[in-house]
Formats: sequence, structure tokens, C-alpha cells
Amino acid sequence: MKSRSNLERVLSAGHFAITGELGPPQSASADVIRKKADYYKGCVDAVNITDNQTAIVRMSSIASAAILVQLGLDPVMQMTCRDRNRIAMQSDILGAYALGINNILCLTGDHQSFGNHPTSKNVYDLDSVQLIRMVKMMRDEKRFLSGDELKVEPRMFIGAAENPFADPFEYRVVRLAKKVAAGVDFIQTQAVFDLARFSRWMEMVRDRGLHEKVYILAGVIPVKSARALEYMKNEVPGMSVPDELIRRLEKAGDPKEEGVKIAVETIQQLRQISGVAGIHLMPMMWEAIAPTIVEMAGLLPRPAPESVPSSGVGS
Amino acid sequence: MIVAERKGLEEILAMLSGCSRVLVVGCGTCVTVCMAGGEKEVGVLASLLRLATGRDGKPLDVDEATIERQCEWEFVDELAPKIGLYDGVLSMGCGAGVQTIAQRFEGVRVVPALNTKFIGIPEKQGMWVEMCLGCGDCVLDRTGGICPIARCSKNLLNGPCGGSQGGKCEVSKDIDCAWQLIHDRLATLGRLDLLEKELAPKDWSKNRDGGPRKVVREEVML
Repeated sequence: MKSRSNLERVLSAGHFAITGELGPPQSASADVIRKKADYYKGCVDAVNITDNQTAIVRMSSIASAAILVQLGLDPVMQMTCRDRNRIAMQSDILGAYALGINNILCLTGDHQSFGNHPTSKNVYDLDSVQLIRMVKMMRDEKRFLSGDELKVEPRMFIGAAENPFADPFEYRVVRLAKKVAAGVDFIQTQAVFDLARFSRWMEMVRDRGLHEKVYILAGVIPVKSARALEYMKNEVPGMSVPDELIRRLEKAGDPKEEGVKIAVETIQQLRQISGVAGIHLMPMMWEAIAPTIVEMAGLLPRPAPESVPSSGVGS
Repeated sequence: MIVAERKGLEEILAMLSGCSRVLVVGCGTCVTVCMAGGEKEVGVLASLLRLATGRDGKPLDVDEATIERQCEWEFVDELAPKIGLYDGVLSMGCGAGVQTIAQRFEGVRVVPALNTKFIGIPEKQGMWVEMCLGCGDCVLDRTGGICPIARCSKNLLNGPCGGSQGGKCEVSKDIDCAWQLIHDRLATLGRLDLLEKELAPKDWSKNRDGGPRKVVREEVML
């Protein structure tokens, strides 16, 4: 094992994994985190904490993840390249590990023009591929990016994102290969609505044998309405949403229920695709629905987590 | 070339408040070509200033001058005989031009009429696009002659990110995804293999992050 991550343990034991995304509040309330964490307890293998997603200021992913550690959950701390340079990143990685955080998701980060501080300066000192390599270097070579020795290394299970729905399509799998070569352990994909395109991408992944080198968690977003899906189709960059799904939600008597059904069906179909190691559920501030979906998808009970040390693991 | 754009008249008037005699100085190089601060634009701005201040009952005495390059001492020196006549100099050069005049004439109030935007090219009549960030460590050999530092919104060296769709950047449909362009160009050149290579973290110390930069070449010094 590369880390003390529960997610790594579940995946390496060959279980079909499930992770859930938790969006921290736009406030200093730890209670919001605790409440959302409750939904996930016992129904996912790890809880993924976003890092100021869409560039809107929220409680930091590192602090939110540390609260989850206190609650006995296995957090995946997202870290974007948008807001920190290599100095701050390495420092935060050390701190995160010292707080008992064992998973990191290395992301480029949404451009700040989307968020509530569009006049801010961005960083992008490193990109996500370089960030992956840096974390791996810290973990496996016990060295900082500078080459300096690192006495107690952060033993992180390293994740990254890939988007099969972005362009250029033929290149997406090449970029995944770059991330694998850089040292990534698991991948979360953008939300899958377009199963045909996802299947084509997975075929290319298998052709390169990448599914044997990295665990691929397919992204699933439960949607509450046709309007929400339409918004994603038209306004969110790098999404592919088939029109028939929008029509299905339009016709539904209870769109929320239909949205859950679509999510469950998607999970079941994704599970049939060779090389998909699990699901990453992104309820987009609808975390309360997670237990229902996981149960309906037949993914309960989850493998029991080993007790996660709550602090002082940096030894 | 350096591409610049004129500031709004209100902002310029505010910068000149308290002045009674102003010299508007154009530059005959980049900003002439990008139609922001050449002789013609100096004439237009000077007229606008006279009109606006006349209308307000406090007419400003405005003279015009355009020199070959505001960023070179020999041309800036041409302003020496008359600059003492003015209590304000409005430079229509780029940021380098404004500062060259300010540095040359101690005690003279020099203000900028332009916002200096970028190093770029005219893509078509009336449209200029950014091409180079002056990062100090050119990578164009590895990216098919298209710069990801200047032209990718996130200056990614291993792009594109997941926000690239239909050849456009996630920031705006008006921005081409630089990495889509790089991909297409390398495909044309038969060099897609270059995209399999991971580019290492950039040495930003060669960029402005290392502090204000200086180029010293002893072999051409006098």
C-alpha cells in the first residue's frame, strides 16, 4: 500500500469503489461539513472535498478534509493549481498529511473568471500533470520539488481528473497517459451523461492498457430537473449531455425521482464497462440524496473501513 | 509589436486636473501601427481635450508632438527644448515610453494616455491578439510554434485542461483553446509525438517573477 487511504484499500482489494463529493460552505461553519458528512457515512469509501470550485470562495478543502478525518471518514482533498504556487502547495500537502489526510486530487482548477472574484490574479505555477509528479516525488523519493530531502514524507494516494467530453477527443487519452506516467493512482472523470462517448474513451484507455495502471472512477451527477441538465449542457464547459435525457426529465411527473433513476441506471451501465473501477458521485450541493442512490445502485454495504487515526500520523 | 489602447477621456481629464498647459506626445513605432498613440491619435486626443475643457469653461492649452520612439533616449531628447513650457505631459506611448520620458525629464509631470496591453499581432483590421508574454524562456519549439504561456488562459505546459470544447477556451467562446491549436498544428506537422512528452515545471525566475529583468550584453556596450 502506498498510503493509509481507505479508498486505496478498497480499490486494491478489487471492490467496486464509490466516492462522494462534498462542497464546503461559503462560510466558517463546521456544522455544515458535519451535516453533509452524515449523509456519506457508511455509504461511500471516501469523501471528496472541492477546492473553491468554480472559483467561488468556500471553506478550504484542507480544513474541511481535516474535519472529516475527525469524523472517521476518509477525505480526498482536492488541490487546484489556480490559487497556489509550488511553495504553498508543498506546504499544504505536508500539513494535510499531518492532519490525517491520505488522498489528494490534483486539478488544474476552474478559471477565476467563473467565480465571485473575477478580478483576482491566478497562479498556475504548475499544471495538474506537474502537480501529480511533485506529490509522487515527495511521497516516493522523499524529496521536495527543489530536490531537497524530505525527512517525513506525505504518504498520499494520488488522484487526478480527466474529462472524456472535452476536446480534442483523440488527445484526452494521451493526456491521461501523461498523468499515469507522472504517477497518478486514481482518476475521477467528468460526469458521464453521454455513455456512448464515455465507452469510446474507455476503449482507447484499454487499448493503451491504462486501466491496468490506474483506477478509473466514473463521474455521476444526479440532476433535479431538466433545466439543471440543460444548464450543464449549455453553460458548463467540457460537458456532453444527450438531448433525450433532457426530454426524459421534461416528461417526468417527478423530475427529482427521475433524476435519481437516471443516476442509478448510469451507475449500473458504467459498472458493466471493463476498466471502470468505481463511481465518483457529484451531487452538487444535493449530498442528502447520496445514500438513496448508492442503495438503489446495489452498492451497499460498503467494505468496513479500518479505523483511521485521527491525528499525528506523520510518523 | 506592443499593443495598447487609449484610456477613456474622463480618466485622462482627471489625470490632468490642475494642469493648464499640456503636451500630448505620440510615438511613431508600435502604437502608431496599432493605431493607439501615433501622430493621428495625438491629433484626435488633443482636439478632444480642447473641446472638453473649453466646454467646461477651463480651456486647456494643448500642444502636440510625435517622436519616432518614446523608449529611446535619442528620440526622447528631441522634447528637451520645449518640455519646460508645460505643466503636464500626456504620453501616448506604451508603459516603457511613459517611463522613459519621466526618467529623462526630472520634475516633469508625465501621465499615460494609454493602457499597454500585450505583445501581439493584428489578426485582422481592427483586431489585435496577444502572442507573447515575454516569459524569458521560449518553449515554441515544443508546442508547434503556438505559445501556451501567452495563449492558454491558465498558461498550461501540459494542456489542454478539461474546459476545452469545440476548439474554444472555457473562459470565453471568443478565445481559441491554445492547446487545440497546438494539437492541430502538430498533427499537420506529423509531430503529435511531442504531445506525449511531459513538460517540466517552468522556471518562472526568468519571467518577471525573478524580479524586474535586465538584459546585459557586454559585446555591444560602448
